[in-house]
Amino acid sequence: MNHILEQLVLAPVIIPLLGAGLCLAAGRSAAVQRIVSIVTLGLVVAAAGILLYRSDAYGPQTFNVGGWPAELGISLIADRFSSLMLIVSTIVTLCVLLYSIGQGVVEFGRQTPLSVFYPTFLVLSAGVSNAFLSADLFNLFVGFEILLASSYVLITLGGTNARVRSGTIYIIVSLISSVLFLISIGAVYAATGTVNFAQLASRFAELPTGISTVLQLLLLLTFAVKAAVFPLYAWLPDSYPTAPAPVTAVFAGLLTKVGIYAILRTQTLLFPGDNLRTLLLWASILTMVIGILGAVAQSDVKRVLSFTLVSHIGYMLFGIAVGTELGMTGAVFYIAHHITVQTTLFLVAGLIEYRAGTTNLDRLGGLARLAPILSIMFFVPAMNLAGIPPFSGFFGKLALMEAGIEDEAGLATLGVVAAIVTSLLTLYAIAKIWNRAFWQPKGEDSPDVSQVDTGSWTPAGSLHGARGVGTKTQRATAWTEEREEKRLPRGMAGPTLFLAFVTVALTVFAGPLMSYAQRAAVELVDRQPYIEAVLNR
Amino acid sequence: MSPNLILVIVVGVMVGSGVTLVLERSLTRILIGFVLIGNGLNVLFLVASGPAGRAPLIGIGEGRMSDPLPQAMALTAIVITLGVTAFGLALAYRAYQLTGTDDVQDDLEDDFIRRRAERDEVSTTFDEALPDEAMPDEDYLDNDDTLDVGVAADAETSVGEENRR
Repeated sequence: MNHILEQLVLAPVIIPLLGAGLCLAAGRSAAVQRIVSIVTLGLVVAAAGILLYRSDAYGPQTFNVGGWPAELGISLIADRFSSLMLIVSTIVTLCVLLYSIGQGVVEFGRQTPLSVFYPTFLVLSAGVSNAFLSADLFNLFVGFEILLASSYVLITLGGTNARVRSGTIYIIVSLISSVLFLISIGAVYAATGTVNFAQLASRFAELPTGISTVLQLLLLLTFAVKAAVFPLYAWLPDSYPTAPAPVTAVFAGLLTKVGIYAILRTQTLLFPGDNLRTLLLWASILTMVIGILGAVAQSDVKRVLSFTLVSHIGYMLFGIAVGTELGMTGAVFYIAHHITVQTTLFLVAGLIEYRAGTTNLDRLGGLARLAPILSIMFFVPAMNLAGIPPFSGFFGKLALMEAGIEDEAGLATLGVVAAIVTSLLTLYAIAKIWNRAFWQPKGEDSPDVSQVDTGSWTPAGSLHGARGVGTKTQRATAWTEEREEKRLPRGMAGPTLFLAFVTVALTVFAGPLMSYAQRAAVELVDRQPYIEAVLNR
Repeated sequence: MSPNLILVIVVGVMVGSGVTLVLERSLTRILIGFVLIGNGLNVLFLVASGPAGRAPLIGIGEGRMSDPLPQAMALTAIVITLGVTAFGLALAYRAYQLTGTDDVQDDLEDDFIRRRAERDEVSTTFDEALPDEAMPDEDYLDNDDTLDVGVAADAETSVGEENRR
């Protein structure tokens, strides 16, 4: 029994890949695909839960694939930080999958599945898990490539003009960052002769400062592109809003966080000390402030949310930059909080689009009256994002700010000020969405959306691509459906509601979660448990 | 260990040419650039694996064996490059189908800001502007749909046409 449990580290990577294969084989039957993907992700959530418990109780769980020693082969490791990321990401992925099933059924009937969606989604989940569990640099690269390749497919789903346009930008930027990653791996291997994290941790210390700084910068640059840190974020708000709602939600929740995870892992484990502290602090301050200024300027719900996503990456980076135990605690807590909250908000944006036909604030209005449950589902995570006291966002920000103030350096204090300003501006941006979309009545001069665009009433961000993809029969059913009063489909609202509850649960269980995050931070700063777990098998 | 200078130069030239191509506008050229960089990096892994000429297996030849790990990495990188290139070519073809060109299109928001700036200029010197030239742009601008990224399929086509001209 114990032997099986030790191999469980492999499960979050291998199960979704097997599931994806089954889904592809069952490409003709949407029902089979749905069942297989739900069961697969359910199993992964269970495995992640056991890993979370075991890594907390018994220390980091490792597994050497194929029995090769860690220095030669591929090894996977789940320490407290990895396990937390894993459980949060898999729960979110499962909810988004249920949401997309709800959306697909409602909009297009049972006979028109897009057979590639579920396999790709499962492969994405495998890539994310692989990146979180990887114990060497090259396997991390492979994890990144798995999730990126499937994200290319998902972001251009349906191949409409808008998606090809925004997808192209996303794909080129990702390609460049992959190439950078490959360069850094080559350079790291040439300099140290290994790519294993545990070995690198000691070997970087032996290198001349110049070389190790170059390598550190290269890795930081690579991951900063993926995490959308300040000078390298421009691709994100442009490419995310066009994708289908569930896809945007899962991207926003997970992909940037994988980048942040990689930054945190490499900067703490491989490069302890405050070599690039000033650079990281400036990057985090600028990411926070410039991101949120972008959000304030936008007039589309999805674009506002994309910019808040960029801005809040700055908070996590701030915790990493401060680098103390408290800073790490705040960062770990904040990542877990932000994955759930941001995903929920993007799912709600998808529901708004479904309900009102648009996410443009100029044409929305009166949703609080039309769809009260939707309003609550937006309001709670939105306030959570802004960090209003009872919610978990507040605790995360509080820990980060305490860490910044304890630090006493001038720049860290500036960071705390920037964090407060960003928090207030987030509240402003959120309040703008709330007022214009939900609270104020719909303007009389603004055209009624549902009558303007009757030919393609389908929300632009729907699963199958906006225009020209739907067949005549679909349009016909769309017509009849449009005449009836549109209600929120349960399949879409249910998962969103569940995720909204999860964000509230994060608040209720903020105490245990914070102490868990603290234990994870101790482990991260200490480094030894990780290194020993990887090397001494 | 001193690296092989010729291989290092080869890496430099391939990556350099690749970067030049990636800066182009056409998606096909960007992809060729990406392939060049990718292959250059595979050579970089050869450099990282140490001097050539050692036996690939333990027990054959004398002295140390050659390092198999960089070769495994290069192999993985080749496979990944292959897959991504295939997808990129499909994407380029789809872009060509949709817009008649595989150029990377302007960011909608940028385009919008630029056009707004242009309109301000036109409005200050409105008397001098020829109405015939101003007309199509004005039409495009009045269409508020363009901000709503997803819905504005028609507007985007017109952007594509602008680019072609």
